[in-house]
Amino acid sequence: MRLDTLKEYTFYPPLLLGCTALLASAALSWVAGATRDAIAAAEARDLRESLTQVLPAGLADNDLLADRVQIDVGATAPLTVYRARHAGKPAAAVFRVEGKGYAGPIVLLMAVDQDGQVLGVRVLKHSETPGLGDKIEIGKTDWITAFNGKSLNTGRWAVRKDGGEFDQFAGATITPRAVVQAVKGGLEIFARHQDAMLGQPQDSATMGTARAHKEGKAS
Amino acid sequence: MSGNMTTLIRDGLWHNNVVFAQMLALCPTMAVTTSGTNGLGMGLATTAVLVVANVLVSLLRRVVSPQVRIPVFIVLIASLVTIVDMALNAWLHELYKVLGLFIALIVVNCAILGRAESFASRHPVGHAFIDGLAMGIGFTGALTLIGLIREFLGSGTLFAQASQLLGPAFAFLEMRIPGYAGALLMILPPGAFAALGFLLAGKQRLDARRAAQPDKAAVLA
Repeated sequence: MRLDTLKEYTFYPPLLLGCTALLASAALSWVAGATRDAIAAAEARDLRESLTQVLPAGLADNDLLADRVQIDVGATAPLTVYRARHAGKPAAAVFRVEGKGYAGPIVLLMAVDQDGQVLGVRVLKHSETPGLGDKIEIGKTDWITAFNGKSLNTGRWAVRKDGGEFDQFAGATITPRAVVQAVKGGLEIFARHQDAMLGQPQDSATMGTARAHKEGKAS
Repeated sequence: MSGNMTTLIRDGLWHNNVVFAQMLALCPTMAVTTSGTNGLGMGLATTAVLVVANVLVSLLRRVVSPQVRIPVFIVLIASLVTIVDMALNAWLHELYKVLGLFIALIVVNCAILGRAESFASRHPVGHAFIDGLAMGIGFTGALTLIGLIREFLGSGTLFAQASQLLGPAFAFLEMRIPGYAGALLMILPPGAFAALGFLLAGKQRLDARRAAQPDKAAVLA
């Protein structure tokens, strides 16, 4: 093979680079296609798991992933709300809020009941400093459970350093501050859009599925 | 040939260790090693990418022309890391949740490009494979060691959450020093510099002492 003479031509390097990029893109898109369903399933499983974590056991008897709505709350993107129902009656709303952490956004999932009380908060995603800011994870400490039972009127919504009631961590104040502000923001959104977020009482579970299909298409 | 392989392995593990001798990949080294488990996870993920990247680059070494070798290697490495990222996310989701944070960081690990450029592009596949493996294990060892030291001094634990990374069977690795809350400084970036500095000084001393004793050096080297 006269590869060495071929390499002498001016067109060889760009051609080689082009082919590499093409092959790499092909490989990437193939893998992306092959893994898409599995990743979506794994993420849905994670979501379902965290949905059950923020809700007390037995509070909801519907499939929350199927009973979701998108509500315009004045932000750039509509807010997806998962409605928890018990025997068809609205019981709680579960939704995501985002805080501005030390090293990027902190994505939280929170559940609020009809009276505006926090049922539970969990961290879905964050990039805080390991060993410092990651104490917001339930797997590391139970700090995040301090929000349980708090509502807009009953809580002093700040970390202790700022005169509030929530502990900061040694060496990491920005992270808990961001979480507290995010949860408070979530409660404020809930206060403004309570009816839409909780939904109407419904007779049968089929309504929920029908709506979910519509939402699924829209989203 | 086998002597050659032994040299490769010894270079990767000690004499030419990515962190302690080449001083490469210090960014992930500093950032990730807040605990032994984190260091181990980052090391293992890097080793996997390093081995595959070395083999690929070695296979392509005759095709790649010198003018565009660096971009070609970067495209290869970046694609490889992305594929590993997606595959782990899809099929080993539990592990991904622990390691996911580190995987994207591997792209910027200059040690991988460094090995591709300085070794794999000039050597046959078998050697490139062994080199990648040895360098990877050396890197894993270095990260785990730094992580353990910082974790021990900084939070008073050893291998915390190892069972999340390796599975419940490894829960026995997890240890806690009773009555010691840890010095936060070691978890913060200065702790990384301090730990690395002392380890480097220790290695220098060991090597110097070994060089001073020629008989022993002959046996070990």
